[in-house]
Amino acid sequence: MSTVRGLDGAGGTAEGRTPPVLELRAVTVRFGSVPALSRVSLALRAGEVTCVLGENGSGKSSLVALVSGLLRPAEGELCLDGQPVRFRSPQQARSRGIATVWQDLAIAPLMSVWRNFFLGAEPTRGTWPFRRLDVGRAEEVAARAMARVGVTGLDPAQPASALQAGERQCLAIARALHFGARVLVVDEPTAPMTVAQRALVLQSVVAARDSGLAVLFVTHSPQHAHLVGDRFLLLGGGRVAGDLTREDVDVDDLTRLVAGGDELTRLGEQLRAAHPDR
Amino acid sequence: MPPVSPERLAPFAPAAHVVPRSAGRRLFDRLLARPSIGALLGVLSVGLFFALQAPELLSAGGVATILDIAAPLGIGGVAVALLLVAGQFDLSIGVVAVTTSLATALLVTEAGLGTWPALLLSLVVALLVGAVNGLLVVTTGLPSFLVTLATFLVLQGGSLALSAAIAGSSRVSGLAGAPGWESAVAVFGSTTQLGDGRFRISLLWWLVATALTTWLLWRTRFGNAVFGTGGAPRAARELGVPVRRTTVLLFLGTAAAGWLIGTLGLVRLGGVQVDPALGAEIEFIVVAVIGGCLLTGGYGSTVGASLGALVYAIAREGISLVGWDPRWFQAFLGLMLLVALLANGVVRRRLRAVPRS
Repeated sequence: MSTVRGLDGAGGTAEGRTPPVLELRAVTVRFGSVPALSRVSLALRAGEVTCVLGENGSGKSSLVALVSGLLRPAEGELCLDGQPVRFRSPQQARSRGIATVWQDLAIAPLMSVWRNFFLGAEPTRGTWPFRRLDVGRAEEVAARAMARVGVTGLDPAQPASALQAGERQCLAIARALHFGARVLVVDEPTAPMTVAQRALVLQSVVAARDSGLAVLFVTHSPQHAHLVGDRFLLLGGGRVAGDLTREDVDVDDLTRLVAGGDELTRLGEQLRAAHPDR
Repeated sequence: MPPVSPERLAPFAPAAHVVPRSAGRRLFDRLLARPSIGALLGVLSVGLFFALQAPELLSAGGVATILDIAAPLGIGGVAVALLLVAGQFDLSIGVVAVTTSLATALLVTEAGLGTWPALLLSLVVALLVGAVNGLLVVTTGLPSFLVTLATFLVLQGGSLALSAAIAGSSRVSGLAGAPGWESAVAVFGSTTQLGDGRFRISLLWWLVATALTTWLLWRTRFGNAVFGTGGAPRAARELGVPVRRTTVLLFLGTAAAGWLIGTLGLVRLGGVQVDPALGAEIEFIVVAVIGGCLLTGGYGSTVGASLGALVYAIAREGISLVGWDPRWFQAFLGLMLLVALLANGVVRRRLRAVPRS
C-alpha cells in the first residue's frame, strides 16, 4: 500500500539531496477572489522529474502559468536557487532559464518557424536605433535545435502552419529545450496525439532530466507520469492532495489515485484532518 | 536508482519524417507567403488597363498626379497596415489629420504661436489621441473598431464645433505670414518640376514611412511582437511578448501618421477646411486590405499597403483621364476591395490549414 508523506513540501525531506532549483513556498494564486491554487508547496530539483497529476480544474494550468511567470502569487513565494523571485512576465522567467512547453504549444501559425522559435526573445545585432534581428543566426539556431529533436531538413523560413502536427510539437519542445537552461515545464497537450507524438513528449522530459534540468511534467496520464516521474504531486481543487515518490507508489496505485476521484478526495480529506493547519 | 531504464525510451531519433517539398511547390509557397504579391499584381493590371485607354496616365504629369493622390493615402495606409497586422483597427486616423491641422492653424492664427511650436503641440495632441485609443483598447478589451469609432465621432464633432466657436467658420486660413512658415513649407510642401509633372515632397515622406515601417515589421523585435500579437495573442502572452505595449505604440503610430497627413495638407493649402464626412478613414483600411493585410491580424505587409495606395490612385486618376463619370470610382474601389478580400481569404485558408498527421 502506498504511503503519503511530506505534506510539508519537499523542503523538509531533503536529506542528502541537492537544494531545489525552483521552489514554491505555500503559494496561493487567485483569480479575483477565487483561489486557483491554495498554499501549494513544491520543490523542483536538478535531474529530477516532478509530475503533476489531477483532474481538469484542479489547478494544473495555474501551476504551469505561475512557474512560467504568467501569473503572480497572491501569497507565498517563488524561490530560484533559494532566492525569492518575482517574475513580471514569461520573458523574465525564460531569461532565468525556465522554459515551458505550453498545452496549446504557443505557436503562431502565420509566422515562420524561426520567428516562432524566438518569439519574445529574438537575437539582435547592432546598437539601438539600428538594432535589428539577427536573422541568419536565428535561422541557424532554430534549424539546429529542430535537428536535435529529430526534425532535419526543415526550412526555418517556412510558415509554422506548413508543419505537420508532430513537427509543430517538435518546434514547441525544441524551443523550450533551447531556452530552458535550468527548469523545463511540460504541460502535456490535451489534443489527441499519435503514439509517436506521445513518445516525443516523454523523450523531451527524459532528455531534459538527463542533461541535469529540473523538470515539471503536467499530465493527465498516470501511465506517462509513472514512466518518467521521480515524484508525483497530486492536485485537487487547487490544493496539494498528495506528494508521493516513486518508492511510494507503483503505476496501479497511481492510476487508482488519479482516476478514482473519490479516493483522491477521501485521501485529501484525511490528510487535511491529520494536518488541520493546512 | 535511475527511475527509467534507458532502454524503455529511445533517445531522440528522426521520428517525424519530413516529406521534402518539391522545388516548384516551395517557390509557390514562398510567393504566396509574400502578402504584397496581390497588390503588386493589382498595380500592374489596373495600371495596364488604364494606360491602354489613356496613355497620358504614364506621362510625367500623370505619374505626378497619381503619386500626389497616393502619398497621403500611403502614409496612413502603412500605419494602419501595421495596426491590422497586430489585429487592431483605427478609424480615427483621418479625423486626427483634420483635428491636428485645425489645432495647428488655430494655435498660429488665434494664439499667435510660431509655426513650429504649433506643429509640435498638435503632434502632442495627436499622440494623446493615439494613447487614449490604445490604452482604452488594451485595458477594456473592447473591439478597437468601436473604440476608434467613438474617438472619430468625438473629434469630428469637437473640431467642427471648436472651429465654428473660435474662428467663426469651418475654414481657418491665413497662416502664410506666420514665423517659421517658410521653413515649414520647405519641409512639408516643397515641389520639384520634372518635365510637365510637379512632384511634391509628400512623396518623399511616403517613401520614408514605407521604408521605416517595413524595416520595423520584418527586421526588428518590435515587428516580431506585432506579428505575434495579431497572429496568436495567447501564444504571444505565454511567451512574454509585450502585447499591450506593442498595441499602444501602434496606435501612437497611426496617430502620428494622421498628424503628418494633416500637416502636409495644411502646409499645401495654407489653411484647413473641416469637412463633416466619414470616408477617408475607410480608405486607409481599404488600401491596407488591398495590400494583403488580413483583417484577423497576424499577416500583412506595409509595402503591400503602399502598393494598395498606388492601385487606388491609378484607378482614380485613370477614371478621370479616360473620361468616365468619376462617381464610378467608388464602385471600382469596392470591386477591388472584394477581389482583395477573396484573394486574402484563399491565402488565409492555405496558411491556416493544419495538415493532419
